Amino acid sequence: MDIHEYQSKEILAEYGIPIAAGGLAYSPEQAAYRAIEIGGEVWVVKAQIHSGARGKAGGIKVCKSEAEVSKAAEELLGAKLITHQTGPQGKICHRLYIEAGCNIEREIYLAFVLDRAKESVTVVASAEGGMEIEELAVSKPESIIKVAVEPAVGMQPFQAREIAFALGLDKTQVNQAVTTILGCYRAMRDLDATMVEINPLVVTKEGNILAVDAKMGFDDNALFRHHNIAELRDKSQEDAREMRAADRGLSYVGLDGNIGCIINGAGLAMATMDMIMHAGGEPANFLDIGGGASPERTTKAFNLVLSDEKVECILVNIFAGINRCDWIAEGVVQAVQKIDLKVPLVVRLSGTNVEEGRKILIDSGLPIIMAETLKEAADKAVAAWKEATGK
Amino acid sequence: MAIHLDENTKVLVQGFTGQIGSFHAEDMIKYGTNIVGGVTPGKGGTKHLDKPVFNTMKDAVAATGADASIIFVPPPFAADSIMEAADAGIRYCVAITDGIPSQDMIRVKRYMRRYRAEAKMLLTGPNCAGSISPGKCMMGIMPGHIYIPGNVGIVGRSGTLGYEAASQMKELGIGVSSSIGIGGDPINGSSFRDHLEAFENDPETKAVVIIGEIGGPQEVDAAMWARDNMSKPVIGYVAGLTAPKGRRMGHAGAIISAVGESAAEKVEILQECGVTVVPNPSSFGSVIQEVLAKLG
Repeated sequence: MDIHEYQSKEILAEYGIPIAAGGLAYSPEQAAYRAIEIGGEVWVVKAQIHSGARGKAGGIKVCKSEAEVSKAAEELLGAKLITHQTGPQGKICHRLYIEAGCNIEREIYLAFVLDRAKESVTVVASAEGGMEIEELAVSKPESIIKVAVEPAVGMQPFQAREIAFALGLDKTQVNQAVTTILGCYRAMRDLDATMVEINPLVVTKEGNILAVDAKMGFDDNALFRHHNIAELRDKSQEDAREMRAADRGLSYVGLDGNIGCIINGAGLAMATMDMIMHAGGEPANFLDIGGGASPERTTKAFNLVLSDEKVECILVNIFAGINRCDWIAEGVVQAVQKIDLKVPLVVRLSGTNVEEGRKILIDSGLPIIMAETLKEAADKAVAAWKEATGK
Repeated sequence: MAIHLDENTKVLVQGFTGQIGSFHAEDMIKYGTNIVGGVTPGKGGTKHLDKPVFNTMKDAVAATGADASIIFVPPPFAADSIMEAADAGIRYCVAITDGIPSQDMIRVKRYMRRYRAEAKMLLTGPNCAGSISPGKCMMGIMPGHIYIPGNVGIVGRSGTLGYEAASQMKELGIGVSSSIGIGGDPINGSSFRDHLEAFENDPETKAVVIIGEIGGPQEVDAAMWARDNMSKPVIGYVAGLTAPKGRRMGHAGAIISAVGESAAEKVEILQECGVTVVPNPSSFGSVIQEVLAKLG
């Protein structure tokens, strides 16, 4: 689960990370009032969307008067921001964070990630801040410092000091940086975060360390023990269909193709999508219906897939292990009868009671295209899609 | 022979009396797995499915001589159960539970480093369908009938995609020595590499299939290890060619978040390392058949 910049900063401030004065605004009036509250002469109006690279998308505006703050807020509230992380559909900005401006001397990159290879939290830092880590890895790989944290004892001050000195900080800044680095690690550990990124961590002209941007991601599997984090979820930033799917216990990811997929198991779902591509089609979605594909669940899955207007054909591929094919076939028949399906449907059943399952589908009299193997299923789905759409 | 589990394996079920644990314990007993009892704290001294129930893993191991366990404990408590199994002297553990927090698994892996190699429990999963040595022992939730005994080893992340491969093999009369599910989580008990080593040392296994997916470094690590250490042919598939970057595809670990984690990149490295790549998921059976034919 992702949260907003201002939420990340509120959390990190409690762990001793220095942040600039700032406040939230939902309207241009509030934004201008925040600017007055904060004081000073320069403010940054920042669109709160769940994405990095907001600056390039016009989501960060530096303002020199309250009137400018108000105007920037008017432009940003309700605007759709498109970054390489949001995809072409973009994300709508509903909240703004107004922050005191600062005089930047230099920018540092600092992040904490779950390292799958080392099975630990790893700190990634670079003296070349401001850029994204992917760009850094290509353009200046030698600038990247990586330090793995021993999980049994946690991050040690000497490790934070080594990082701070390697970043070229001076004596007074090192202590501030050590507090920041250790604080981020504790926040990550205490709150089951999967990622903490401060980019940039700034050294101001006055010689202080300041977290100018902050991003945190959390382990969905650990939210049960962090109610205060779970509360920070902003559903307006999430894909509506994916969220509806999650609420129904289905795992769904929307894609750009036309062939809707209903499959049990994540690996088989990915493999079936690959097979569709191999057959010359494009999948419209990833959908894992999970174990225990009851008729209710199957109907929900159909409704979800069909809520995507791009879907012009549906492929159901179920390998019944614990499930039985006859039971799944009943579910498919009930779902199709209930929703008045208008696009071609290809069903491939495999595993326990497959003959009984096929018989139920045939006896239903519904125009269901049957397939025996994975290849046949993908070929038939692509052919049916082409025939139905003339593409 | 087989790896990790066979007809002599004595299995305990952790989370034995729960709905899911009961359902699958019954299924495993039907398959012929030697289930010797189970653990549910607070229900020690009772019987369930005609087998004794214990309060702790230590009690259960002392009373039954069990050397393996399978875990159906809910996610908030599962990491604790894995460590309890390790400490009770279990040799092989399968964790079925889906949804264990990553930091819990980091702690589990760190905890297990306290044991010497020869006393260290082997963990497969979590978030897996389990393991099976066909005709001998099933520790998992898979449909046992799709696997026939034979000479091909399987290691895979996914449950149902593994079933797809096994059923394509059965269709062609190709049997399995052992099939090991390592699970779809970002931090798992053991990786492809660990099991390749076991299969290399198993005289019954002639070839090994690895079924991977997007995300993480494990498929590539395994391929490099196989290139340098294996005499037996390795066949591989990586699911998720159509998966977009940065999106989680069902499994917690199925996400492309770094260079080298996409299906296309992994396939390229697998091929460079001499792994025979299955070009699409409908060709598991035929590709394995060709590789076996070359072995004679």
